Amino acid sequence: MFDITAPAPPLWSNGPSPGAFYNFPSLQSAPSDFVTHSQAPVTTATSIVAVAYNNGVIIAGDLLGSYGSLARYRNCPRILKVNDNIILGAGGDYGDFQYIKDFVQEKIVSEECLDDGVKLKPKSLYCWLTRIMYQRRSKFDPFWNNLVVGGIQDGNVFLGTVDKLGTAYTDKIICTGYGAHIATPMLRDALDRNPNPSQAEARRLVEKSMEVLFYRDARSYSKYLIGVIDKDEGIKIEGPVEVPTNWEIANFK
Amino acid sequence: MFRNQYDSDVTVWSPQGRLHQVEYAMEAVNLGSATVGLKSKTHAVVIALKRATSELSAYQKKIISIDDHIGISISGLTADARILSRFMRNECLNYKYSFDTYIPLNRLISVLGNKMQLCTQRYDRRPFGVGLLVAGYDENGAHIYQTCPSANYYDCKAMSIGARSQSARTYLEKHLDELTSTSLEELIKHGLRALRDTLPPEVDLNTKNVSIGYVGKGENFKILDENETAPYLALIEGEERRGGGSGGAATEAQPADPLREDAGDEGPQDPVPAVAMDTTD
Amino acid sequence: MSSIGTGYDLSASQFSPDGRVFQVEYAMKAVENSGTVIGLKGTDGIVLAAEKLILSKLHETGTNKRIFNIDKHIGMAFSGLIADARQIVEIARKEASNYRLQYGVNIPLKYLNDRVSMYMHAYTLYSAVRPYGCSVILASYEENEPVMYLIDPSGVSYGYHGCATGKAKQSAKTEIEKLKLGNLSCKELVKEAAKIIYLVHDELKDKNFELELSWVCKESNGYHVKVPDSVFAEAEKAAKQAMEADSESDTDDM
Repeated sequence: MFDITAPAPPLWSNGPSPGAFYNFPSLQSAPSDFVTHSQAPVTTATSIVAVAYNNGVIIAGDLLGSYGSLARYRNCPRILKVNDNIILGAGGDYGDFQYIKDFVQEKIVSEECLDDGVKLKPKSLYCWLTRIMYQRRSKFDPFWNNLVVGGIQDGNVFLGTVDKLGTAYTDKIICTGYGAHIATPMLRDALDRNPNPSQAEARRLVEKSMEVLFYRDARSYSKYLIGVIDKDEGIKIEGPVEVPTNWEIANFK
Repeated sequence: MFRNQYDSDVTVWSPQGRLHQVEYAMEAVNLGSATVGLKSKTHAVVIALKRATSELSAYQKKIISIDDHIGISISGLTADARILSRFMRNECLNYKYSFDTYIPLNRLISVLGNKMQLCTQRYDRRPFGVGLLVAGYDENGAHIYQTCPSANYYDCKAMSIGARSQSARTYLEKHLDELTSTSLEELIKHGLRALRDTLPPEVDLNTKNVSIGYVGKGENFKILDENETAPYLALIEGEERRGGGSGGAATEAQPADPLREDAGDEGPQDPVPAVAMDTTD
Repeated sequence: MSSIGTGYDLSASQFSPDGRVFQVEYAMKAVENSGTVIGLKGTDGIVLAAEKLILSKLHETGTNKRIFNIDKHIGMAFSGLIADARQIVEIARKEASNYRLQYGVNIPLKYLNDRVSMYMHAYTLYSAVRPYGCSVILASYEENEPVMYLIDPSGVSYGYHGCATGKAKQSAKTEIEKLKLGNLSCKELVKEAAKIIYLVHDELKDKNFELELSWVCKESNGYHVKVPDSVFAEAEKAAKQAMEADSESDTDDM
C-alpha cells in the first residue's frame, strides 16, 4: 500500500523533497492513531446456491473452509436454520459468519424469551442484515461475507441476499461467489424454460449446480449441506450430501 | 404542607413500602381531561375530551399519532406526553428501519415502560406526569394499552383515564361484552357515550371538544377532523345521559373525583391520592 | 421498629443508630404488599407459581405476567413492583446473552444469581437511587440438576429447595414445609404449587386472581416454559377441588 506518512523520494540529491520545502518538519504531525481494519478475508467459504421454487426455497453450500488456496478445514457448515421461518446461508470469511451467526441466534433467543407470538420473518432478517452490512462497510470494517436469506413470509416465498458492501437484492435464484459466475447462467437458463419449478426440479437444479461448481471452482468441496424450507413440509437442513464425481472425463489420466 | 416526611423524593420508600412521589405523579393523570380507549377484534379507538384554557385559546390537542399503526391519547402533563410520544415515534422508526416491518405494540410499550421506570428510581429525575392510552393494530390484532407514571402498563379490553374517568370505566365495564365483535361505528358510539358520562350535566360533547382517533385492520391510524367527528356526535345526540347506567347498585362506588381545575378558589390543598400506587403488579 | 420517623430512615446510604438501613427494609415492605409467588424444587426440575391479582375487569387476561423467561433455560418469578421487576428481567437477560456470546455456553444460574444479586445490592448503597421494590426467584434445570435462588431487595440471595415471597409468604412457607420436596416430581409439584397459591389467596381482601404456572424440568427438555395447557387445567382443577373439600370440612367442624 502507498504509505502517506513517508516523505516523497527526493527529486535531486541534496535538495528538498517536494512538500518538505513548504512543510517544516517541526510543524508536521503525522497522524499515528490510524486504525487498520481487515482488508482481506482469512478462512473463506465459497459459493452459496439458492433457488426459490413454487412452494419454498432451497439453499446449498459446501463444507470447505479455505486458507487462501489451501483446502484447510473440511467441516465448516454454513447453512443455518434461524427459526421456523428462515434459513440463512453464508459465503466469505468464516469467522465473520460465525460472529454473525452468534448474534442472529441471540436475537432469536431473546425473541423466544418474550414469548409474545411474534417471530422474526425473512424480510425482517434480510433488512436487518442489510443495515448491519452497510453500516460496517461505511466504517471501513466490513463483515467479509455474502449472506443469503431464504424463507416463507405470510405464505409467500422469500429469497434475498446482501454482500459485504451492503448491496442487497431479492431474486428467484441467487448464487454468490464463484457460483455467481458459473451457476447463475445455468440456473437462469433453466428457469427461463421452466419458470415455476417444483421442489424436486429445484433440487435437481441445485444439485447440478453444486456438481458443476465442484468441477470448476478450485475452492470448492464435494460435501455440502442443503437446506429446504417449504410452505407445507416446514424446514430441514440435510447433509452432508456428496457430489457424485466422475473423473473418467478428465483427459490427463 | 407535606403529608409526611417520606414524600419528598422519588428515591424514598415509606415505612409501608410505598413511593409517595410516584403516587403523586399518578394524581397528575387525574388532572387532565378524560380520555377513553376501546377496541373490537378489528379496530382500536381512542376518544378524548379537549379543553381550552380560555375563550381565546384553541382546544389542547389530546391525540397524537405515533406511526401508521399506533396512536396515543394523553391525560396529564402535555409536555411530558410530548417527550414520550417523540420517544415512541423514534422507536417505531428505528424498528421499521431495522426490520422493514411495524413494531408490535407489546414491544413498544415494554421499551417505553422500562424508560419510564428509570425516572421512578433516581434522585435527579421525576416520574412522567402523564398517562397514555395507546391504540394500535399489529399482527396480534387490535390493542389498547394504558401506561401510568409509575411505569406500570396494562393490556386493556377498554380503559378510561383522566378527570372523572370512573364514570366512563363504569360504562365500559357494563358494555364490555358487546365491544369485541362490534363495528367501528358502534365502537366509536360506545366511546362517545362513555366519555359523555364523565361530563358534568351542564356540559355536552361537541365537535370542538371531542377528538376521535382510530386504527384498524388494513387502516392506518387516523385522527378525525371536526367535519368527520360531527356525524358520530349526531348518532348519540338526544340519547339519555349516563347510558342508563345510573341504576344505583350496578354502578360501582365512585370516589369523589372533582375536576381539579375548578377547585382553585379553595386555596392550596394537600394532595390526596385517590389511587394508591399499585404495588401488587 | 422504634427508629421509624427519627430521620435515619430516609436514605439508603444512611445507617440508623442501631445499625440498620431502613430504606432497604421499607423496600421489602413493598414486596410484601404484592401477590404471592412460590418456587418448588422437585427431583427432575423446578416449578414456579404466581398469584396475579386482577385489578380491573377492563384488563385483558394475561396482562402483566409475573413469570418471565430470562433465557431458554432460566425462568424468573417476582413479587413487588412490576416496573422494577422488568428492569431486573432486562438486566438478567443481558447478562445471560452476554455470557453466551463471550463463552459460547449457557450461563450457569449460580453465576447469573451472583450478577443479579450484585446489581440489586448496588441500589442499596447510594442516596441517589432507591432499592428495588421487588424480590425475584431464579430457576433453572442444568446438567440434570434443578437450581433455584431467591434474591431480596437488599441484594441478599440464597439457594432454596422451596421458597415463597409476597403477601402470604409465611403461610405459603408453612405449606411448602409440609411437602416432601426431595421425593416429588415436577408433575406432582405443579398440582401442589397450584393448591398452595389457591390456599394462601386472601378472598376477602383481594377478589380475583389469575394463577400462573411455569416449569423448567426434564419434561420441558430443560427449557423454561409455561406449563402445557392440559397440565395447567388439571392442576387448577385439583387446587379448586382441594379448596372445596377444605371449606366443606371447615363447615363440618362448626
